[in-house]
Amino acid sequence: MNLADYKGVLVYIEQRDGEIQKVSLELLGKGKELAEKLGEKLSAVVLGHNIKALANELIYHGAEKVITVDHEVLKNFTNEPYTKALTAVINNEKPAIVLVGATSIGRDVAPRVSARIHTGLTADCTSLDIDDETRNLMMTRPAFGGNIMATIICPDHRPQMSTVRPGVMLKLERNTSNTGDVIDFDADLNALDLNVEVLEIVKEDHKKVNIEDAKVLVSAGRGIGSKENMSPLYDLADELKGEVSGSRAVIDNAWLDKDRQVGQTGKTVRPDLYFACGISGAIQHIAGMEESELIIAINKNPDAPIFEVADLGIVGDVAKVLPLLTEELKKSKKEQ
Amino acid sequence: MNIVVCIKQVPDTTEVKLDPKTGTLIREGVPSIINPDDKSGLEAALQLKDKHGAHVTVITMGPLQADAALREALAMGADRAILLTDRAFAGADTWATSSAIAGALKKIDFDLVIAGRQAIDGDTAQVGPQIAEHLQLPSVTYVEDVQLDTDSVIVKRAFEDGYHKIKVKTPCLITTLKEMNESRYMRVSGIYDAFADDKVEIWTVNDIEVNPENLGLKGSPTKVKKSFTKGAKTAGKVFEVDSKEAAKIIMDKLKEKYII
Amino acid sequence: MEFGFSKEHALLKQMYREFAENEVKPLAAEVDEMERFPVETVEKMVKAGFMGIPFPKKYGGEGGDNLGYAMAVEELSRVCGTTGVIVSAHTSLGAHPIFEFGTEEQKEKFLVPLAKGEKLGAFGLTEPNAGTDAAGQQTTAVLDGDEYVLNGSKIFITNAGYAHTYIIMAMTDKKAGTRGISAFIVDADTPGFSVGPKEKKLGIRGSATCELIFENCRIPKENILGKEGIGFKVAMKTLDGGRIGIAAQALGIAQGALDETIHYVKERKQFGRSIANFQNTQFQLADMAAKIESARLLVYKAAYNKDKGLSYSYEAAMAKLVAAETAMEVTTKAVQLHGGYGYTREYPVERMMRDAKITEIYEGTSEVQRMVISAALLK
Repeated sequence: MNLADYKGVLVYIEQRDGEIQKVSLELLGKGKELAEKLGEKLSAVVLGHNIKALANELIYHGAEKVITVDHEVLKNFTNEPYTKALTAVINNEKPAIVLVGATSIGRDVAPRVSARIHTGLTADCTSLDIDDETRNLMMTRPAFGGNIMATIICPDHRPQMSTVRPGVMLKLERNTSNTGDVIDFDADLNALDLNVEVLEIVKEDHKKVNIEDAKVLVSAGRGIGSKENMSPLYDLADELKGEVSGSRAVIDNAWLDKDRQVGQTGKTVRPDLYFACGISGAIQHIAGMEESELIIAINKNPDAPIFEVADLGIVGDVAKVLPLLTEELKKSKKEQ
Repeated sequence: MNIVVCIKQVPDTTEVKLDPKTGTLIREGVPSIINPDDKSGLEAALQLKDKHGAHVTVITMGPLQADAALREALAMGADRAILLTDRAFAGADTWATSSAIAGALKKIDFDLVIAGRQAIDGDTAQVGPQIAEHLQLPSVTYVEDVQLDTDSVIVKRAFEDGYHKIKVKTPCLITTLKEMNESRYMRVSGIYDAFADDKVEIWTVNDIEVNPENLGLKGSPTKVKKSFTKGAKTAGKVFEVDSKEAAKIIMDKLKEKYII
Repeated sequence: MEFGFSKEHALLKQMYREFAENEVKPLAAEVDEMERFPVETVEKMVKAGFMGIPFPKKYGGEGGDNLGYAMAVEELSRVCGTTGVIVSAHTSLGAHPIFEFGTEEQKEKFLVPLAKGEKLGAFGLTEPNAGTDAAGQQTTAVLDGDEYVLNGSKIFITNAGYAHTYIIMAMTDKKAGTRGISAFIVDADTPGFSVGPKEKKLGIRGSATCELIFENCRIPKENILGKEGIGFKVAMKTLDGGRIGIAAQALGIAQGALDETIHYVKERKQFGRSIANFQNTQFQLADMAAKIESARLLVYKAAYNKDKGLSYSYEAAMAKLVAAETAMEVTTKAVQLHGGYGYTREYPVERMMRDAKITEIYEGTSEVQRMVISAALLK
């Protein structure tokens, strides 16, 4: 492996049912930045069946070259044909860097590709940069359950492979005046490459979540005032793909069912994000949520004890703040 | 039917705290557990043992203290336990780790290899698929159900929006999700029996089939340049501002913490 | 003298703690509030092997020891006194007499299902007129052909109504005093045997405590344990072991109360700081912890003696005396340290205090334990 032979950035474009996944466009954005720093080219590779038409969209989002591998055996995602195809493209293109979205597909194919090529792979990177001296890719990622960050390098092997979580990088503005090369690549695929049989494909709706499993909780306290006033909380929870929960007072008033109660006689929760809305912060409630990763409290009373455990406190009216916040979140989503 | 389950002993990272003064990790007193995704894989194997009489071997690569995880697996009902331990393995990244484990698996008769999807300390989800690559086995990840069929397994492979039902011929490798089942408790009699001296086999680099250049720190393509903590949680700030400003402050916080 | 846990016991404790926290604790308040016997917990305990810990595998047991059994009762009781006594009464009172005094046929027929947890056990000694004065038995057992005919009643019997197998003491010879008492194995299905309504109690409210009524209840004569006249000895020896179980229950309750209190005093703020900062709180906690640790050593020592085949009656009496009084004291202090909140059912300490009280009374009151201890001292 002569490192000098490897040039450019290659982004694996994930498509599902012919739809380009957002994370791949984000990686084109980051890929462009890295390619520019290296003074090299940004390419994209997309695998699937009847996907050649996706190439233009990728060029509009920054790819200078798009490689398509179009074959029937790639119709549904299965590990071996995708691994074989991507490996073949990489061996042909010899990119210095390969970026893959850290989705359940990316995290399935990238490890096998990296092992097949015998190179290094760093998972779930939250930041990527080029080291000025060595021109190596510096891949920073969380470890230890997110308690520490580590910066990883792959100094002696190529390509340097990295999976990146959705929502971390920024995609470029779509520019229809971009041009680029589109190449259809023959990865020497055939039906025998399919070493598994897909028997059934089932799409399922968002399953009912137990508040103990929720990553985001928007929690109501007596300060909400009435059951009708609960709707801004549901809107916010929906926007953040979370669940609504409440303090004992809210359950006693029958604004929520008992299985949504957080506290001493309810459930103990440790979500990534806990909104305490109109909750004063009595000790029985705190006991049920103090281990939450990020606590944001909104309460009219500046002396409410909840502010002592909150990471961010807003003295204000839940009825006014929450709708504005939900608006901001919707806006921000659209921009992405 | 022979099943090998690859498990890892990990610190319970949900119990790890940051020292509020120094901002460094407090590792003492953090209990060691069987990695949750692996434990569910072990439970799936034990259910196949209950149903079909499969033989279950558990293997782990780690320091001598990883013995404790194997004893727990035996107490849950595993038939055979192997501790893969050697200084030559130290400092391994996922390539080197998977090379070592694959080297051990080459010495074991198996129809199915089960590994957890990812470990809660490394969080890479790479070792399972890479073991499969070294052994040239078909692999399916994100498995939430596994049933036996003639010469094959039928699995449910979870996607973000549903699942695929997939049939794979054995021998093959699957990686499992902790959401797939509730693992059983160790049985009291299992615990009393687990500590007989010869119950855990110790294997070193001499007992496995591997190219030594692929082992340990030297054999690892990726290297850690540096590691650092995110910083101690500082006391929260309280803002008394108008609602529009408040919404903006919250947005900034959510962005800062990568929630959005 | 070795004070540390062996690897087996350390892992057992870990498993017991996990099981108790995940399976037992979430139900504890409801079991108490509804006075409900937690059948689903018993099923789970059967699967994990809790119901036959100290019995050899050849009798369907787990092949464990009394220390492992005591620790199980301790960890269960730490989160739920009711669940702890279910296991204790079943193991020490229902199953153990058959293990110690039964024939091979009786062990095969009755002990194996109990040790496997397929059946639940109970023990009937106490009568309306025979509590501490256990020798004053009035239930009779008359030999008639191939059967004994039982008449009489028992009260305050733990696991009653849910048990399948009962060890019953009855008079076979009214004139012989304690030497006229015999022990029998009674199957719950036997005609003439019935169970009365549940007692309403101060504590361990989920535990089924009922009267047993025998009306010309005919049992096979093979169901006598040992022979006629040794029933009192069976009862006393059985209670010696049962005391270890109850001592472990009391120990667990005390530990649970202490753990809850430590958590509470760190969070509760008064006068601008958490009450854990006040020396009174600190000193109370120190006393509670020291007493619990003393009780623990006595319980484990009694179990150790039994495992080693050494005599343990004296040690068991001491363990139960100290553990029960410790539990009462610690739980009372726990409620006090919780203040007003501790008096409400929002917090578990009031239940723990109510549960603790019975440990000073059943399976030999603290007064009886003092009799046993002083008798040994003054021999």
